[in-house]
Amino acid sequence: MYSQALNTKDAAVADTSPEAARFQARIDAEERIEPNDWMPEAYRRTLIRQISQHAHSEVVGMLPEGNWITRAPSLRRKAALLAKVQDEGGHGLYLYAAAETLGVAREEMVDQLLSGRAKYSSIFNYPTLSWADIGTIGWLVDGAAIMNQIPLCRCSFGPYARAMIRVCREESFHQRQGYEIVLTLARGTPAQKAMAQDALNRWWWPCLMMFGPPDTDSQHSDTSMRWKIKRFTNDALRQKFVDATVPQGHFLGLTFPDPDLRFDAASGHWQFGAIDWAEFRRVLAGDGPCNRERLAARQKAHDDGAWVREAALAHAAKQQRKAA
Amino acid sequence: MTNTPLWEVFVRARNGLAHKHVGSVHAADATMALQAARDVYTRRGEGLSLWVVPSNAIVASDPADRAEMFEPTGSKIYRHPTFYEVPEEVGHM
Repeated sequence: MYSQALNTKDAAVADTSPEAARFQARIDAEERIEPNDWMPEAYRRTLIRQISQHAHSEVVGMLPEGNWITRAPSLRRKAALLAKVQDEGGHGLYLYAAAETLGVAREEMVDQLLSGRAKYSSIFNYPTLSWADIGTIGWLVDGAAIMNQIPLCRCSFGPYARAMIRVCREESFHQRQGYEIVLTLARGTPAQKAMAQDALNRWWWPCLMMFGPPDTDSQHSDTSMRWKIKRFTNDALRQKFVDATVPQGHFLGLTFPDPDLRFDAASGHWQFGAIDWAEFRRVLAGDGPCNRERLAARQKAHDDGAWVREAALAHAAKQQRKAA
Repeated sequence: MTNTPLWEVFVRARNGLAHKHVGSVHAADATMALQAARDVYTRRGEGLSLWVVPSNAIVASDPADRAEMFEPTGSKIYRHPTFYEVPEEVGHM
């Protein structure tokens, strides 16, 4: 679903070796870097962190939506939601596989998530209180994810870029099914429309935070842009998202919870009000509405599945002994 | 924790095309690897045939040896049809 500019500060030591210069020249020439190629240690570390946290976001992202599978209002909606949640699991797996090509073990990444050392997108620490939230997540959260992920299809690291191409192809279904849900509610009874409006009110600001801190605070962007891991700044992507989304919301007949939102004819952009970055930092630091619940659910799934993993390995070992 | 083996996944999109590498999965054995590859890489009719290969069975050339492995062909331009002159009157060949 989404990688967030999580901006863990990493003292980027300037590498002045001839290898580093050759590496940068390859990047500048738009060559892709493949797993066994020489790469600066900081490039490897940055990618392992970004790809694994992106994978964690996909996996944790299954939880808020999974919450509504049994209560979807029709079989059509239920089938679509099941397929979407399954896709999120798949996206997590493509991304874990891409990260593993850099020499980190799957088990190590899972351990980092469960122990709280690795982060995931702040958006999944908000609760899904009504069915309208499922539509709104598809429309806004997946919409924001697409904005962020399309440039990642041209990321300098080959396996990440290839995984993102697969992800983006599937993400479009997610956004359209979400918008259809919100549209149906917006054209429904006054109570249904109110439900859609309430969901938009609660999700709008957290969605704008998904793009990460403003460029003025972003320690990480410069190096990531130089390495072509990142192609656009947080603020540029956020503006792109707002410009694309506001007219879609107006078509639904909904209003955005931002009194400062207005179209600036001179720049051709929608201008929006100040984002509450204190809330963003709080949620990222572990103090959002659902942080503890999400990690507890992941831990339980991991623990409950342990006997299955062990049994599968024991069975494989037994079959191998028999064949020998 | 025991690490579950890694498998590389190849998908044939349709008959007439070669199997193409699409990614990898973890699985305890070949049967489960095939099942996982189906679930992860072919949810939308991406293929008609799947291969899974234990990742540690793949022998790869080292990118550091790229020069000695592949550069010698760079100077052998006589391996290409355009190296040879054929008069225009002869027509397409």
